[in-house]
Amino acid sequence: MPKTSYSMPVVGSTGKTGSWRTFDPVIDYDSCIKCRTCWLYCPEASIDIDEEGYPRIDLDYCKGCGICAQVCPKKCIEMVRGEVAREGGDA
Amino acid sequence: MAVRLKDMLKREPILSSGHRMCAGCAAPTVVKLMGMALRGPTIVCEATGCLEVATTIYPFTAWKIPWIHVAFENAAAVASGVVEAINAMRDKGRYKDEQVDVIAIGGDGGTFDIGFGALSGALERGHKFVYMVYDNGAYQNTGIQRSGGTFPGQETTTSWAGKVEPGKRQRKKPLAEIVAAHKIPYVATVDPYHYRDFITKFRKALEADGPAFIHAFSPCPRGWRSDTSKSIELAKLAVETGLHPLYEVIDGKEWIMSGPSKRLKELRPVDEYFKTQGQFKHLFKPEWAEFRAWIQEEVLKDWEELKRKCGVS
Repeated sequence: MPKTSYSMPVVGSTGKTGSWRTFDPVIDYDSCIKCRTCWLYCPEASIDIDEEGYPRIDLDYCKGCGICAQVCPKKCIEMVRGEVAREGGDA
Repeated sequence: MAVRLKDMLKREPILSSGHRMCAGCAAPTVVKLMGMALRGPTIVCEATGCLEVATTIYPFTAWKIPWIHVAFENAAAVASGVVEAINAMRDKGRYKDEQVDVIAIGGDGGTFDIGFGALSGALERGHKFVYMVYDNGAYQNTGIQRSGGTFPGQETTTSWAGKVEPGKRQRKKPLAEIVAAHKIPYVATVDPYHYRDFITKFRKALEADGPAFIHAFSPCPRGWRSDTSKSIELAKLAVETGLHPLYEVIDGKEWIMSGPSKRLKELRPVDEYFKTQGQFKHLFKPEWAEFRAWIQEEVLKDWEELKRKCGVS
């Protein structure tokens, strides 16, 4: 045991925040220009960049705020009322 | 600058996903941009506030870097203690790292009001650390009470708007100017939309020889009654309307207006900013038209004064 109590850094420190989401971000990969703007502004850090440079959204943690859709210069992210959340069973 | 901005922009976020900040809150984006500007080992001291409460729920934390939680009022005092402890340990040969940066973070309540004494003291003693305030305009964490950082006309749960009152009547405390009056090496105002400006300034603050202060604007969809997706746009709008002008102050005397503010030919009317948020909607009632005009007048006066200080015509 350490002498003082401390917290460990983990992903999902307060659980899967994806259950908060009402609208799911859906990316149109055909018009995506890999500019990383959504990745930069995402407050949740739930967007990862894959090997090809495209953004991939981690729906386990995405809270569905819609900032990515709003900042996208090509407007290729659409917020769709969620089916993904409902499949999780807690929407 | 040895590290290019382009490379900094590819750094991994220092805050992991799955924290409890509200959807659409800009504070995690502010922290992410701050993380991109870091230059090595860093210790963060954080005052109580939304960011602290929501990211570190024992026994877990979303922070990937060393982080201390301190009380509401003493983030700056603890940060100065950390700086001096490291110096003392280094003198005794008990500390290996060449250079460690210390950052203190507070919300607007913890900085403008409660922690102001500790902040002022730490700046006067001249410890080498960076203090960043993320300013969301009220005590959003405890239920949206007004603070020194609240704009005039803003409705909060302790400055209700109604038939008699138009929300908060007083001006916003000009904190960056007050801090600059301490003649510290570096003071800057930033916002998350202009990320290049943000990262460059934060890096300058870390490299400053003495205390530095960063005033970051951070929209709060919950307290401001705004759309969660609009947070970043609101940060941009606050700069364009002159409510949060971007500038730097070096050694308390050299005022420099930053690109995004300097490039504005003229300010947009504050009404455009007020229309986007529920907390200002009462200002559009006929009885408060005069009050709204007063706010606009004050903003323009402040803007002219800032331009004069920065030598911009």
